[in-house]
Amino acid sequence: MTKPTTHQFDTLSLHAGAVPDPATGARATPIYQTASFVFPDSDHAAALFNMERAGHVYSRLSNPTCAVLEERVAALEGGVGAIATASGQAALHLAIATLQGAGSHIVASRSLYGGSHNLLEYTLPRFGIATTFVDPRDVDAWRAAIRPDTRMLFGETLGNPGLEVLDIPRVAALAHDHGLPLVVDSTFTTPWLVRPFEHGADLVLHSATKFLSGHGVVIGGVLVDGGRFDWDAGPARGKFPTLTEPYAGFHDMVFSEESTTAAFLLRARREGLRDFGACMAPFTAFQILQGIETLPLRMAKHVDNARRVVAFLAAHPLVKAVGYPELPEHPDHALAQRLLPRGCGAVFSFDLAGTRAQGRKFVETLKLFSHLANVGDAKSLVIHPASTTHFRMTADDLARAGIGEGTLRLSIGLEDPGDLLEDLSRALYAAGKAG
Amino acid sequence: MKLEVDGRDVYAYTGSRPVVAAAPSVVFVHGAANDHSVWALQARYFAYHGRNVLAVDLPGHGRSAGPALPSVEALATWLAALLDAAGIAQAALVGHSLGALAALATAARIPARVTHLALLGPAVPMPVSEALLAAARSDEHVAYEMINAWSFSAAKKLGGNRQPGVWMTGNAMRLMERMPAGVLHADLAACNAYADGLAAARAVHCPVLLLQGGRDLMAPPAATTALAQALPDARSVTLPDCGHALMAEQPDAVLDALRGFLR
Repeated sequence: MTKPTTHQFDTLSLHAGAVPDPATGARATPIYQTASFVFPDSDHAAALFNMERAGHVYSRLSNPTCAVLEERVAALEGGVGAIATASGQAALHLAIATLQGAGSHIVASRSLYGGSHNLLEYTLPRFGIATTFVDPRDVDAWRAAIRPDTRMLFGETLGNPGLEVLDIPRVAALAHDHGLPLVVDSTFTTPWLVRPFEHGADLVLHSATKFLSGHGVVIGGVLVDGGRFDWDAGPARGKFPTLTEPYAGFHDMVFSEESTTAAFLLRARREGLRDFGACMAPFTAFQILQGIETLPLRMAKHVDNARRVVAFLAAHPLVKAVGYPELPEHPDHALAQRLLPRGCGAVFSFDLAGTRAQGRKFVETLKLFSHLANVGDAKSLVIHPASTTHFRMTADDLARAGIGEGTLRLSIGLEDPGDLLEDLSRALYAAGKAG
Repeated sequence: MKLEVDGRDVYAYTGSRPVVAAAPSVVFVHGAANDHSVWALQARYFAYHGRNVLAVDLPGHGRSAGPALPSVEALATWLAALLDAAGIAQAALVGHSLGALAALATAARIPARVTHLALLGPAVPMPVSEALLAAARSDEHVAYEMINAWSFSAAKKLGGNRQPGVWMTGNAMRLMERMPAGVLHADLAACNAYADGLAAARAVHCPVLLLQGGRDLMAPPAATTALAQALPDARSVTLPDCGHALMAEQPDAVLDALRGFLR
């Protein structure tokens, strides 16, 4: 029997969550630049506040433009819904703060974005939340680090900066055996490369600043709920009282009873956005939506360009090593072929043979590649992690994270690939002369 | 709240409110492979507007123990027993799809205990295609996909939810995926086999609201014509541009129709 057809990824990238504006017929999603929304009458107002009616009250809690983005990313990820946040960092904080509090614990990959590492290693302990960092490739290490007070496992689809491929199916199975959700940062991959929910992840977050936007003009995040995790069953029972017990902050609502599939999102919006307030601005949501419209086209080009640059660097005598999971020598090559058949993204690192001074010369000679701290822009980017994004880490920690003094990270953009190779070739020549 | 019916655990959502003996009651009955959460907004409204609300999980669904009941008649017997278990003498019954058939059969069986009957997305008879029944037997996920494809109007398959940030079709799919094996087939078979709908309708004494989606492919509006004629006191309301998933697609219109009817 043929399955009924549903809208495919490219279509959802353009349409999901958006309908022509009912008031004006505007085809583009309008920017609802308003703090609040008029109530038709007092009863309606009370019903909105008490979640008896659906709708918008105040743009910290929800906003029509942000809601389109939330639905769109949820659709692309295959989740039940999403919350747009002020940044990717806010999305991670919202996930953690919704599920746990003082006296709890996280097991996280140690190959994380530096900002996430800061939050977990230095800031959250001040609020009573501890984290154990593990080698993301070592499932036994993940298992050994789980404690009775652990409340989530957290990793990135592609580790930073070594591009360790997170074995989502195995780590998710381990998490679920212990009644814990697996939270995945999919910023580097976007749903075009991998949809973590299909492999067992429970919550997915993005820095939407990066590939989802693709233009590098806004800061934003999205937190998506896969809707499969049962917070109140099996080994999870009793671990997540924020979702399964009456909440005095909202008329004793029991979120897992209110919504079978989206309890997490209810609490995150009704408490996390309400009280912590890290909401997204509607104009930001509009900009990210503009980016997502071309996500499939851009990701294909990002990956194609990245493959050309990887091949070029891997063959260059001044390059000691290139870390890209599509290369056979990468430790996660087989896993990447399974989980990331469309490609391993457009951010990767390579090690320059030579001195630190030669590395500096390389970066400074590049013209098309911009030297800055971001990834996922339409324009190509370069950074030296040891002196910038990861400068707070000790030499030992750097080594454990696979970062050397000569490691350089590239984010490959959408320029003509020949022009990118020419720029790199010239900079490598200059670096060679500086040796 | 937790109840026991026929020796089995039953869950009913009450909006976190206690049942007050003097207050009128509304019982919400979900459709095939769903649970109480499809009524979250409407049930919560009535719970905070002077009604006892019981949005039940039918046996085998959500938090209620199985097995799923095999027929609409069995569901009617069960709903009557549920009222006893909850200590509710009389109630308005609000049902969707299979739940509408169960509510109809209950109102015919115990007419003195049913004050109002609201049937959402009803059809009498409610034949289920052999293709869908076969899928429910052999590959439930394919059946869920068929139901999702046919339950939402074309426009709403692209979203635009009144509930901010919730992707309707994804949410509906995850809810169905939570069902234990065999539940969907039991539910669909019950719909398909129910032959006494018109006779039941003639035995209903209370006011009836027929609330249907103008673009409902699962229970097309034309399939309620005979039902409307058989009911002594029925009014029909059609929500334009709405599919079978009425509560998700047009939660406010559904609530407003129920408010007007249950006033």
